[in-house]
Amino acid sequence: MGGIRKFIENAGWPRIIIGLFLFSLFIIAPFVRVRIDASVSDTLVRFGMNGVMVLAMVPMIVSGCGLNFGLPLGIIAGLLGAVTSIEIGIPGIPGVLIAMAISLPIAVVLGWGYGLLLNRVKGSEMMIATYVGFSSVAFMCIMWLVLPYKSSNMVWGYAGKGLRTTIAVEGFWHQAISDIGSFSIGQFFYVPTGMFLFFALLCGFMWVFMRTRTGTAMTTVGSNPEYARASGVNIDRMRTLSVILSTVLGAIGIIVYQQSFGFVQLYMGPFYMAFPAVSAILIGGASVHRASILNVIIGTFLFQGILTMTPSVINSMIQTDMSEVIRIIVSNGMILYALTRTVKVKP
Amino acid sequence: MNKKADLLKHYLIQNAVPILFIAVSAFAIPISQFSGTYLVQEMLVRLSRNSFLVLSLLIPIMAGMGLNFGMVLGAMAGQIGLIFMSDWSVVGVPGVILAAIISTPLAIALGWLCGTILNLAKGREMVTSFILGFFMNGVYQLVVLYGFGSVVPMTNPAMVLSRGFGIRNVTNLEGIRKCLDNLMPLNILGIDIPLATFLIIGLFCLFVLWFRGTKLGQDMRAVGQDMKVAGDAGIPVERTRLIAIIISTVLACYGQIIFLQNIGTMNTYNSHEQAGMFAIASLLVGGASVSRASIFNVFLGVVLFHLMFVVSPMAGKYLIGEAQLGEYFRVFVSYGIISLALVLHAWRRQKDRERARRSLRGAAGE
Repeated sequence: MGGIRKFIENAGWPRIIIGLFLFSLFIIAPFVRVRIDASVSDTLVRFGMNGVMVLAMVPMIVSGCGLNFGLPLGIIAGLLGAVTSIEIGIPGIPGVLIAMAISLPIAVVLGWGYGLLLNRVKGSEMMIATYVGFSSVAFMCIMWLVLPYKSSNMVWGYAGKGLRTTIAVEGFWHQAISDIGSFSIGQFFYVPTGMFLFFALLCGFMWVFMRTRTGTAMTTVGSNPEYARASGVNIDRMRTLSVILSTVLGAIGIIVYQQSFGFVQLYMGPFYMAFPAVSAILIGGASVHRASILNVIIGTFLFQGILTMTPSVINSMIQTDMSEVIRIIVSNGMILYALTRTVKVKP
Repeated sequence: MNKKADLLKHYLIQNAVPILFIAVSAFAIPISQFSGTYLVQEMLVRLSRNSFLVLSLLIPIMAGMGLNFGMVLGAMAGQIGLIFMSDWSVVGVPGVILAAIISTPLAIALGWLCGTILNLAKGREMVTSFILGFFMNGVYQLVVLYGFGSVVPMTNPAMVLSRGFGIRNVTNLEGIRKCLDNLMPLNILGIDIPLATFLIIGLFCLFVLWFRGTKLGQDMRAVGQDMKVAGDAGIPVERTRLIAIIISTVLACYGQIIFLQNIGTMNTYNSHEQAGMFAIASLLVGGASVSRASIFNVFLGVVLFHLMFVVSPMAGKYLIGEAQLGEYFRVFVSYGIISLALVLHAWRRQKDRERARRSLRGAAGE
């Protein structure tokens, strides 16, 4: 009995409720003629697609910058890389690598500026991050129209300039990472092994990084800035570093997402992309000040599981698509819960 | 030594946003080739349409709760009132009043909810109210898209989706279109002035001025200055903050009704989202900050923001030959302006804090 109570305390009610909800969806699925293998496979693919972007939340939470609502900034760096790579036109794995190589310096520069900005607004990072994300997406809307890309796969056919809203990566590097060592069981069950390996690799890097000298210093800055200052850690530098890291991971994350999804979404596409990532890590048990790799993995699985399962199961049950509404309520409710809870703990 | 330069810098930073906007408008108006009469008429219409929504933001700022992104909750309440009103086919001014009566208790309840949640998240009210707006948007959709017509009975089948429940994407408000604006028609030099709407707005401005002087208003300002000191002085901090948010939500609800009676149609699932963002951007453009806003800021902001709103697509078209570009520019500016204002405010606050700490250190050193 005590064990159960302890487990509930550790996991937190929202996570348990969401876990049970997902579990019940999987149980109901066969009865309403939803293929369980296809659902599991979809969940796995979405898990791999979104994992890196959720991982991008970790450095900033750990260093005390709060939830990274400014993820679109990293996403923009990734989009620039992806678009440029398609312009160059090299298919397969080299194409993805080129996209990442191009987006990396852009993400570092953007992240550096973003970090400097956040250092000047300590205490209201989250609100400002949200609007930095929004305004950078809006700014890039202008840029996508103006930037001199020429590839006929990407620009509007009649004008000959200005990028399209969605660009297919089919024929370039569609599923380039996913298909490394991927396999299918039967017609419906597909495992994107490569994407998992890549995600695991990044998680591993992050895990190791958190245990290096710099990583520990970063955690200290987040959990106890006064102590960090006393031990001679440069707080602002650590925070900037964490923001750069977050932005870079965001850039890589969107490329992984696109190569699996098959499309590059420009213009208002990245506008709300931070919110699913934020709520995923919170569902995984992270708070505004504390996050671990395990939170990322559990959270992404639970959140993406619900996103995959609700449309198919609820649809078959009551013949109405309520998935969008459920998604909005669950994801924002989770963020709301996290925002109100942390303050209550330390009065 | 360089106190004068410092003061000038302070003044410029304080008013950076409106100055920037006046500069951009001065540049863009000639390019857009709009006539003066057209612009004046357009600004008057937009003033009457938007001012009330923007005014509803003032009281939470007074109470130190920042920009109330939770005003969309009020807008939602207003829209639910309008849905019932058009379902019962009540038209004209009685319709508007009926919608206000239906939505008031709803707005009070939502305001109470918002205030309670914000009391749990002191120090990060803005981001919390922002997310709360998103969250309640989900609840609103759940209610209006699935509840109306199934749980809540609807009499007018034209408003309901063909599947039998849920309100259509566009709700027609033809019955109350401009009924308030045309209540007291006034025409000067070919420019229509919606006098009745302005009278309501004027009355509300008087209310704000009066309210500042009341005991409750003073309490709010004290809470806004310093919650702890106010609490020690015997002011019920949480209750005062709650009341500030409730007032703001109810006013936003009326604001949305005024806004939509002017437009004449309602995007059932989008109108409220835009309401929040545009109102906040307008207020900030008018030179308000997160902690300080006046009635003057409201009107200046509405005019400047909407001036740019009207002018920029055309300016973009004539300047670069693409209206789409102006459109995106407009979106960028509305978000950019909010970011800029938020950054300036937070930066200033941090600097003040550092200065205070330094002065403490200096006193200790002497």
